[in-house]
Amino acid sequence: MTTPAIRFENVSRHFGEVKAVDNTDLEIRDGEFFSMLGPSGSGKTTCLRMIAGFDRPTAGHIYLYGQDVSDLPPYERDVNTVFQDYALFPHMTIEDNIAYGLMIKGVDKKERIKQVDAMLDLVRLPGYGSRKPSQLSGGQRQRVALARALINHPKVLLLDEPLGALDLKLRQQMQVELKSIQKRVGITFIFVTHDQEEALTMSDRIAVFSEGKIQQVGTPSDIYERPATQFVAGFVGTSNLLSGAVAKRITGSEQMFSIRPEKIHLGAENSKPEKDMLTIDGVIRDVVYLGLFTRYLVEIEGGSDLVVIEQNLKTTSMDVLSAKGQKVRLYWHKDHVSHLGN
Amino acid sequence: MLNHISTYLYQRPKLILRLLLGPPMLYMLVVYLGSLFTLLVNSFFSLNDFTGLVVYEFTLRTYAKLFEATNLGIFFRTASMAMAVTLADIIIAFPLAYYIARFSSTRLKTYLYIAVTLPLWSSYLVRVYAWKLILAKEGIVSWFFELFGIQFILDKLLSIPEIGGSSLSLSPIGMFIAFCYIWLPYMIVPIQTALERVPKSLIEASSDLGANAAQTFRNVLLPLALPGVIAGSIFTFSLTLGDFIIPQVLGNSRYFIGQAVYSYQGTAGNIPLAAAFTMGPVVIMIVYLLIARRLGAFDAL
Amino acid sequence: MRSKSFGDKPSLGLTLGAIGALLFLHVPLWIIFLYSFTTDEATYSFPLPGLTTKWFGVALQRADLWSALTLSVQVALVATFFALILGTLAAAAVYRSDFFGKDAISFLLILPIALPGIVTGIALRSAIGTLNIPFSYWTIVIGHATFCVVVVYNNVLARFRRMQGSQIEASMDLGANSFQTFRYVVLPNIATALLAGGMLAFALSFDEVIVTTFTAGQQATLPIWIFSQLVRPRDRPVTNVVATIVILITFLPIFFAQRISSQSSDTEGENK
Repeated sequence: MTTPAIRFENVSRHFGEVKAVDNTDLEIRDGEFFSMLGPSGSGKTTCLRMIAGFDRPTAGHIYLYGQDVSDLPPYERDVNTVFQDYALFPHMTIEDNIAYGLMIKGVDKKERIKQVDAMLDLVRLPGYGSRKPSQLSGGQRQRVALARALINHPKVLLLDEPLGALDLKLRQQMQVELKSIQKRVGITFIFVTHDQEEALTMSDRIAVFSEGKIQQVGTPSDIYERPATQFVAGFVGTSNLLSGAVAKRITGSEQMFSIRPEKIHLGAENSKPEKDMLTIDGVIRDVVYLGLFTRYLVEIEGGSDLVVIEQNLKTTSMDVLSAKGQKVRLYWHKDHVSHLGN
Repeated sequence: MLNHISTYLYQRPKLILRLLLGPPMLYMLVVYLGSLFTLLVNSFFSLNDFTGLVVYEFTLRTYAKLFEATNLGIFFRTASMAMAVTLADIIIAFPLAYYIARFSSTRLKTYLYIAVTLPLWSSYLVRVYAWKLILAKEGIVSWFFELFGIQFILDKLLSIPEIGGSSLSLSPIGMFIAFCYIWLPYMIVPIQTALERVPKSLIEASSDLGANAAQTFRNVLLPLALPGVIAGSIFTFSLTLGDFIIPQVLGNSRYFIGQAVYSYQGTAGNIPLAAAFTMGPVVIMIVYLLIARRLGAFDAL
Repeated sequence: MRSKSFGDKPSLGLTLGAIGALLFLHVPLWIIFLYSFTTDEATYSFPLPGLTTKWFGVALQRADLWSALTLSVQVALVATFFALILGTLAAAAVYRSDFFGKDAISFLLILPIALPGIVTGIALRSAIGTLNIPFSYWTIVIGHATFCVVVVYNNVLARFRRMQGSQIEASMDLGANSFQTFRYVVLPNIATALLAGGMLAFALSFDEVIVTTFTAGQQATLPIWIFSQLVRPRDRPVTNVVATIVILITFLPIFFAQRISSQSSDTEGENK
């Protein structure tokens, strides 16, 4: 088991009364693309800033490949950041921006130019060296910010919601590019975002944050298919949550569980479920046709509502909309159920 | 080496704060506040009329002197001039401020803004001097009146007691004109800023609801411009209160607050009385500032 | 029912009022300029009896003028120098952190400009007198530095606020310590504010008369020289010339300060 790239040990960050990060432990592995996901104010950005060195933990320690860096200023850490607003220096050319870290280290000019050119190729902006940041578009500036950070060969690269300001098409393009650059360069990337789709697309592992605590850490499929807490179930994708008497009727236990809408099948009123399937009867209350799929709201025995999503493989809009009011039998595989912690 | 110092400081943000704030605060607190405090303290001392020396004992006698007839007259005279100047400047400034805010393109606006602040960029004394030239007995204004054969109006004006004088350049009328001139840009800019903040849609809505130009002006623009007017008036009022240059240069022998302070502390050496006199404008200004802040003037500054 | 559309064309009265105010502001300065060429030695009579440039030559010969001018320049330079350092330090402190008493300190740094000059003047005079310090060149400088610091402080603080705070973090993230960050990132960003603030402070100091009358001993700065001429005119033509020259000397720095501030705000804004 190699030394983790980043390790948090009982790390807390308090701002007066507010616990931005609350007694958190975390391990990020060498070479992985790790995302920190959560709504604003959940503590993910604070954690990132503490790794970078812009914030000091109120309690606890942070280890970078085994070295305690908790008290070190940013310039003493072998970590680089891509900022949300890119933070390019407006009074310097692109070339000087990218070479900044090398210049500080004392690398000579010839070598700097060589490395800058290599970086510009990597981020696909060849020849842009003599321009100024104000002449570049948002997407281009973002790539310059990336180059400026990577040229220093940091042990860990931090990305603070870097794709937030880009439009959808560009964002998707950049997601692919970032992922491929990470694979090529081979260093650990730590990526902060509030967009769960983005996290699911790009990450090797995800940590879901809420209110200063980590709710769950796992691979994208762990997080999605087997959410551990109510928050994760609700934040990542939509989910149905059932507990109490209704839950007991279906699974035999009162413990709350979640089941994803696309995992539920609509069957005819008295159809026979196959083995390993859990089942409950209900009435379709609402139907929304969404082109690719249809979303049903089904009221089940016991009064709760379940959201069911089915792909429109064969039916047309007329067909599905007329399903409103029908009695149905819902069933799903028992392995698709995820029991929740809290 | 520098890295070590930098890291040392980085880990101690409070120390950095003290290092940054120390020198300027030392200067401002010691020099500026210190002298203001000395002034206040001095106003509670008094001058021994016989020896001509300051008596360092706490007393309210000096403040009591402020209420003597002559001194009250000085306050009254200065305050009424300040009021008159403020009102006049509002009237003169408003059309121009309005024009700049509402009827000029961005380019024209830049030029006009420079045109308004340009006089501020030249020396204050020189601008006062200009009026000495213009209002002189043999100067332009007289020539102008003579040209139209209406110098009797001028003579009539100058013979009015309290505001007249031996010549325009040595009378309260002359002072009034000079004051209005000098502070005018300070009135134009806040009003213009306040008017610019009124979204065009408000005016359109008003006229859409049936109001004509005058009504829209009275009910929509004027109230919204008011904070700017008040902000501008802070300048004109306070600057007039404390000024002793214009009264000295263009006035007759009747004293204004500034001159009183200047003369009392000068040859008379009566620092306590000068200090007490200064407290007058300071108090008036603080009260004025508080009222103005209430009325939202600070947003327009 | 729509009444006549309001706000598309100004009325004649409004336009006349606006032009009138503009003329009121500018004509007096042109008149001074005109008078610096008059041949009249003793009065301000109008129309001008004749035109000449000889008074410019006369003014250049006057020793008392030169010493007043030199003193004004010296005082302005020194006061501006101190103001640049103290003002920037204060602006950095206020920008960086919230601290106890921050509001009070911000308020303190407005007073020298908010309170009438006479208050500053008499306060300083009474303090200097009480402490029995002789009035000299340095007392003038100390007096000027109070409002110069405020001017620089305001300019630099405004620029700090317009700067992207993340640039400083980025610089440190890339390996630069605080001193290097200041040199390579902060200083270039505030350079124009320092220049603009410095020029403004210089012009204010050069022009200042009220506080100076209270804090000077026997020395005469240029404004004090002019003031004495205003009260007891002896050398009218020379004074006219001096007035014209002073307009130019104070006008130029402030003009350039404005240009610099507005130019850099254009380029700054794009990077936000």
